[in-house]
Amino acid sequence: MQAQTLYEKLWSSHVVHQEADGTALIYIDRHLVHEVTSPQAFEGLKLAGRKPWRIGSIVATADHNTPTDHWDLGIQDPVSRQQVETLDANIREVGSLAYFPFKDARQGIVHVIGPENGATLPGMTVVCGDSHTSTHGAFGCLAHGIGTSEVEHVLATQCLLQKKSKTLLIKVDGQLGRGVTAKDVVLAIIGKIGTAGGTGYAMEFGGSAIRALSMEGRMTICNMAIEAGARAGLVGVDETTIEYLKDRPFSPRGEQWEQAADYWRSLHSDEGAEFDKVVELRAEDILPQVTWGTSPEMVTTVDGRVPDPAAVTDPVRREGIERALKYMGLAANTPITDIPVDQVFIGSCTNSRIEDLREAAAVAKGRTKAASVKRVLVVPGSGLVKRQAEAEGLHEVFLAAGFEWREPGCSMCLAMNADRLEPGERCASTSNRNFEGRQGAGGRTHLVSPAMAAAAAVTGHFTDVRTLA
Amino acid sequence: MNPFTELDGLVAPLDRANVDTDAIIPKQFLKSIKRSGFGPNAFDEWRYLDVGQPGQDNRQRPLNPDFVLNQARYQGAQILLTRDNFGCGSSREHAPWALEDYGFRVLIGPSFADIFFNNSFKNGLLPIKLDAAEVDELFRQCEASEGYRLKVDLAAQTITRPDGQSIAFDIDPFRKECLLNGWDDIGLTLRHADKIHAFEDRRRAEHPYYYS
Repeated sequence: MQAQTLYEKLWSSHVVHQEADGTALIYIDRHLVHEVTSPQAFEGLKLAGRKPWRIGSIVATADHNTPTDHWDLGIQDPVSRQQVETLDANIREVGSLAYFPFKDARQGIVHVIGPENGATLPGMTVVCGDSHTSTHGAFGCLAHGIGTSEVEHVLATQCLLQKKSKTLLIKVDGQLGRGVTAKDVVLAIIGKIGTAGGTGYAMEFGGSAIRALSMEGRMTICNMAIEAGARAGLVGVDETTIEYLKDRPFSPRGEQWEQAADYWRSLHSDEGAEFDKVVELRAEDILPQVTWGTSPEMVTTVDGRVPDPAAVTDPVRREGIERALKYMGLAANTPITDIPVDQVFIGSCTNSRIEDLREAAAVAKGRTKAASVKRVLVVPGSGLVKRQAEAEGLHEVFLAAGFEWREPGCSMCLAMNADRLEPGERCASTSNRNFEGRQGAGGRTHLVSPAMAAAAAVTGHFTDVRTLA
Repeated sequence: MNPFTELDGLVAPLDRANVDTDAIIPKQFLKSIKRSGFGPNAFDEWRYLDVGQPGQDNRQRPLNPDFVLNQARYQGAQILLTRDNFGCGSSREHAPWALEDYGFRVLIGPSFADIFFNNSFKNGLLPIKLDAAEVDELFRQCEASEGYRLKVDLAAQTITRPDGQSIAFDIDPFRKECLLNGWDDIGLTLRHADKIHAFEDRRRAEHPYYYS
């Protein structure tokens, strides 16, 4: 048999029907649901008198609107509360495999709770009305974000209309240096190929540096595949994947576990499989990254400088840089380490898992928040992550450093709840998007790893975490 | 969904690359549980001088005179010229809902982000990809002449400029049919219900662990 890529294996095992022009009906195994992109879909379903095709595919949680403090007070914003209550009512009415509502012990960011509960499994197709669904591809499943019309389509038919993507392999070989993390790898990739570099592709990450990453690290990388334009990120299954999934609440057990694991071990690109495009990076060349602009591709290394638009010839790009520097309040050629921060955010579906919190705590330990930094928010990705961190005493490290230890949720990644930047405030953030206004109208976001965020918190400006022994 | 066949519409230029869906419709408006009413908040942070909140009377808010869509000559535009990677970022369908509610029916640019591109078709909004050079020329013509209009014919897959020149564009045949007829995807898919059931039965037998 011809050598196949992982994407081709996943695609061909889910085609239900194909139109003459190649548009296919793809079967969906897991449907993750949250409160922001589902109400109109449930309403559409009801108006058409349709029922969900398979409620056992649905795993739901409330995450975008939920507050991260004073849970005893409930959700103060009435519009946010209504959206969360609408999800409660919809799930109560139609049913689900699992629902982790606001305040539930296992509630959290949808892209954290799926994997940690074993609801995301290799070989599945996973969708959610959320672009960061690419995260789940770390498990060797085909996972991507969809719009609300498609949420309704999946609810009603268990299928999605799709055209096959092209395949792109990002190969990172070698060994990452000390202080360099998965977040730095993915920011370096986006810096290299651009925010549209993966448009139209399913993006597989391979090479020895990717194989050496934990599942948390692989999720961080796949999470930001969409920031490079690729709807789906992928990493082939190996023993790290299988080890992670063993004994999770929804993972198979007993004989079925053995059967599943056997199949999952085949879910990787075959030796000699051909990709439409291959991009290679050396792990040793990757340094800690910091974004300076309003698009994730506007990124440089911590020892770098803010670029000078005068040196750029392409007019659309030059104007883009000028506009970004104006919005960010930065002068050309400023050394990255001279940029002070007002707030620090450690959290989001990119970097709120236990390993991320350990990395941040390792830097924060024995240090304190710089006086010039107004606030440092640490927001675990889920109730389970929070409990694990507390069992390890990480929260005490953060609190001793003057950081705030919050309840789980999306929080200041997109500021739909009360956690946000004020106009003009500058933030070192472990999230995924530095768009204008993303963390609050007029707010200025610099994307970094958890370790680099903690380093900025204790020094008051961007600092090469490798210099903090 | 409203069908799309032909349009003779006023054109507005949005001359910046990587316009993300956070810019098209900021997060505070995503708290709505409805599908309509997002138009007055399309491009909210660029369009107004204050910070918008859901439920405001937007007519009372100060407009940003520097934002291109606020210029008198572009009022009533139904066609938006864009640059590379329009609609990147979040999968929020509120972005095409806002553009459609604002009055746009056609977007023309060199490239669009995948999820946004897909979402647009579900809402009777036609995104058209053209060569960067063609798009450059449209920007030039549009900025040079007030009241600049284009004719878009989906069945013929052509855009006609005021100078009479016709530009052909590509579109997936399946998407074209759906848009021309205003078909509901779900209804179309459910015609294959038997195939879906058969697929599911087979999958359940081969991979029972996805169903336990």
